[in-house]
Order: sequence, then structure tokens, then C-alpha cells
Amino acid sequence: MIKVQNLVKIFGPKRAVDGISFSVERGEVLGFLGPNGAGKSTSMRMITGFIPPTEGTVTVGGFDMVENPIPAKRLIGYLPENAPAYTDMTVSGFLSFAAELRGLSGDAKKKAVSRAIEMCFLEPVRHQSVETLSKGYRHRTCFAQSIIHDPDVLVLDEPTDGLDPNQKHEIRNLIRRMGEKKAIIFSTHILEEVDAVCSRAIIIDRGRIVANGTPAELRQKSEWSGAVTLRVTGVNGATVSQKLSNLSAVKRATILKEDASGVTARVFPKTGSNGTLAHSIADAAQGWRIEELHTEEGRLDEVFREITMPDTVKEAK
Amino acid sequence: MNTFANIKTITKRELGAYFSSPLAYVFLVIFLLLCGFFTFFVGSGAGTYFKRDDASLVTFFLWHPWFYLFLVPAVGMRLWAEERRVGTLELLMTMPITSWQAIVGKFLASWLFLGLALLLTIPLWITTNYLGQPDNGVIFTAYIGSWLMAGAYLAISCITSAMTRSQVVSFIIALVICMFLILCGYPPVIDFLGQAFKPWFVNLMASFSVMTHFDGFQKGVLDSRDVIFFLSIIVFSLFTTNVILRGHRAG
Repeated sequence: MIKVQNLVKIFGPKRAVDGISFSVERGEVLGFLGPNGAGKSTSMRMITGFIPPTEGTVTVGGFDMVENPIPAKRLIGYLPENAPAYTDMTVSGFLSFAAELRGLSGDAKKKAVSRAIEMCFLEPVRHQSVETLSKGYRHRTCFAQSIIHDPDVLVLDEPTDGLDPNQKHEIRNLIRRMGEKKAIIFSTHILEEVDAVCSRAIIIDRGRIVANGTPAELRQKSEWSGAVTLRVTGVNGATVSQKLSNLSAVKRATILKEDASGVTARVFPKTGSNGTLAHSIADAAQGWRIEELHTEEGRLDEVFREITMPDTVKEAK
Repeated sequence: MNTFANIKTITKRELGAYFSSPLAYVFLVIFLLLCGFFTFFVGSGAGTYFKRDDASLVTFFLWHPWFYLFLVPAVGMRLWAEERRVGTLELLMTMPITSWQAIVGKFLASWLFLGLALLLTIPLWITTNYLGQPDNGVIFTAYIGSWLMAGAYLAISCITSAMTRSQVVSFIIALVICMFLILCGYPPVIDFLGQAFKPWFVNLMASFSVMTHFDGFQKGVLDSRDVIFFLSIIVFSLFTTNVILRGHRAG
């Protein structure tokens, strides 16, 4: 549905977006990750046709966004950053306005407005003016605007920003449900959201794509992926460390905690030994009393940090 | 067909925006108070409405270029500046409409609003007809001319509003440009210029002035050149607005 090819945006001396390419098909939810200022919003503005790209092309449903913007824009629902809305209008007035610009009228318009109000839980404020709404409601009003015409493509710039945990949960469920039938791109810097909602994630940094894969694939890039945490009693730390380090599958073993009640250690596997580590540790640990032994999944936040600021992470180690 | 529907939707929203804030009512009241006050009380000797001893609205239309100087930029200043400040411009420009439809729709809403203000002065016209027999043809063309002039000021305010996020800056720049359009044809200024410059230059300046072109309407002359003058200011300004808006987006 969405095809982005070699997109570049130059603001003055700065290459805000520097040659990104990807595509999103129907049924996919693509998470757009990256530190602040990485070019997420700029990319989304180009995809939705708000700003023209300096180089490269965006096609939505086969229509080029620069050559043929009207049919391309018709397919998209867009929630801009900070969820702007006309503050002087009521919620239902604002949604009817959006519906009319989307070409709906009469009964179809009324139906679309009540559907959007229902889906975004706006019923209690439907006749209130946008100015008087709390941030969460205002955000959902703008979100409702983006789904008013039941678009095939949704572009959401930080859809859960500023919402409370319950609202975040509702919006994530909504995105996941809609993702079954639509092509969705959404940006966030909350990593748990990626796991909760995305079928694929892209990390961009300084205008370039630095990682692209399913959340599970990204997690495997972490050093943590496949690491084993172990807690034993009746043995001292030095012995544990020495014995574990000698195992062939082990890259590094560190003692996290050692006191009278026992020893906690974390063991990192050598590459390629994923999955077998826990077994070999269990074999090596005969004679110790194991209180805890579990394999870690990779951590997205660490992958994120390692990819977007490699220097700082190395120093910390 | 779609074009008209989109323009209508935007015009309707903009008109709603005026009336959902106190701005519209404040504007209407100030405009009507000024009109009444200047028509009846301002002007030396035989210059005021009653002292002229003649059933006409000359003393009413005389002041319009000056009222509009302050009031029209106040109506137009929020059109794009507010849209950019709040961020709704992004929403509007990613809708399946062309920027032309948005520009025309917004302009039309404000122009209709100014037309409404003008219509609310009708009691003045009724009074004049009650007191005597004015030439209603002259009054009619003067109303048309006044509305066209308001449109020209408004289109200029559209440009200045698109240039900035700040309504105050937009207001001041529009006021300065409109002031120039008045003064370059204002008799005392023309006399002054006549002493320093060649006549062709003075005439050229005067031909850019709204005063020169509003004059005919006030006398009941519906000259196509005057109509084209105001319409071309409107078209040129809206075109410029489009260029500026596109310029912002291109970065």
C-alpha cells in the first residue's frame, strides 16, 4: 500500500531525512522508532503529502504523492504530531468537518461520525468544544478524525503521546485491531508499544534506517538475547565464575550479587549457541543448589540504545 | 463539483469560527458604531450627514477606506497565522483537497463576513430614503465598490497572515500595505508628490490607490476598470498566498 523509495529531505544545511526506503502492505503495522530529531515526523509529513520530498518518491495505493496527491491523500488517515484540532469547534462538529472534506455527506457522514466517536470513546464529550477538552480527549478527537473515512492507510505520529496508561492501552488495542485490515505506520519512542502492537519495526537515526525487522528479530541483536541468569546457594562466587567461564558455550560470566544467602550470576552465550546454554549450565552446576535459572529474551531498549548511540553504550561497559 | 463542495465546507467552517468567538460580534459592533458616528458627526461645517441638506450616503462611504484600514486586517490576520500556530494547517493540507480550495474557501468566508457587516448598515439606507429621495443607484454601486475594496484589503491580509505565525505581526504588515494603497491616491499626498515628481509618476502612483478606484463607485459609476482593479488585487494576493504557503512547506 505504501511504498517509500530513497526519500530525502534537506532543510538548509541539514539532511533531516537521508535516503530511506521501505514498504508497508495491508495487514502490517509498522513501528517507526528513533530518538528525537531522527527524522520520524519529517518522513511522515512527506508520506502524507504535507511537505514535498527533496528527492525520492512516495506512492500510496499506486498513486504518487507528488504527481497525483488528491487520490493518494484520499486513501490516508493522518494523525499529526501533537494532535492539532480546531479549538473553536465541538468534537462532533470537527469530525463532521473532516468527514465532509473526505467526501462524505448526509447519512454516510452521520454514520461515520458516530462510528468514530464510538471507536475512540468520545461519547461523553461529543458536544463539548475542543478547547475545553483534556489532553487525552483532544488527542483521541484528532485520532478519530484520522479514521473517520475508514482509510486503507493510517499514518499516526506518536498516537499514544500524552495519554494515561488506560488510554494508551485502549489506543494500542484499536491500532492492533485495525492493523489486521489496513496498512499502518506509527511512530513512538515507547518500546513496549512496539512489542504490543507492531508486526515490524524500523529504527531510524540521523535520517537513515539503521534497523528493520520484526520485534523478535530486533531483540536478537541484543547481547542479552539468550543470556542466562542463575541463582545458586552453597557455593562461593569465585567458584561459580570460574566453572561457568570454562564452559565452551559461554562468552562471559559475571557475578551480579554475592552474599551469605547465595550467588547471582549472569552468563552471556557465544554467538551460535543460543538455546543450549541453559542445559550446559545446568549440567555444570551439579552439586550446587539452583534456586533460579532462566533465559533472557533480548531487550529492545538496549538494542535501541546500542544502535542509535553506540559510543555511549561502549563507554558504559 | 467536488471543488465547490470542498470550498463550501471550508467556508462554512471558517464562518462558524468567527461566530464562535467574540471576535465577530466585537467587530460588527465597532464597525457599526464607527459608521454611525462618522456619518453623522464627523466632518467640518456642511460636511456631516444632516448639514449637507441632501439625501445621500456620501458622508457614509467617504470613511470606508479608513475604517477598513484597521478593521479588515483584524478580520484577516488569523486566517493562516492561527492555522500554522496551532498546527491544523498540517491537517488541512493532508486532506484530499487542493491548496487553492482551502485558500479560496477561507477568503470567501471572511469576505462574506465583511459583506454581512456592510448589510447591517442597511437601516442607514432606509433612514435616508425616509428623509428624502436619494439616488439609490449611486448607493447601490457604492455598496458594491465598498465590498470589493474590503475584498482587496482582505486578500492582502491573507498574504501577511500566511507569512507569519503571529497574528499581531500579520495585522501590522497588512495595515502598512493597505495604508500605502490609500495614501498613494489620497489628494493631500498627491499634491505633495506633485511638487517633487513628474506628473506621469504621480499618476502611476495614484492609479495603484484604492482611493482612486473607489471614487467612481461613490459617484455611481460602475467602471469595468475599477472592478478589474479590485478583482486583480484579490486574485494576485491569493496567488501570492499560495506561493508563500507552498514555500513554508517546501522548507
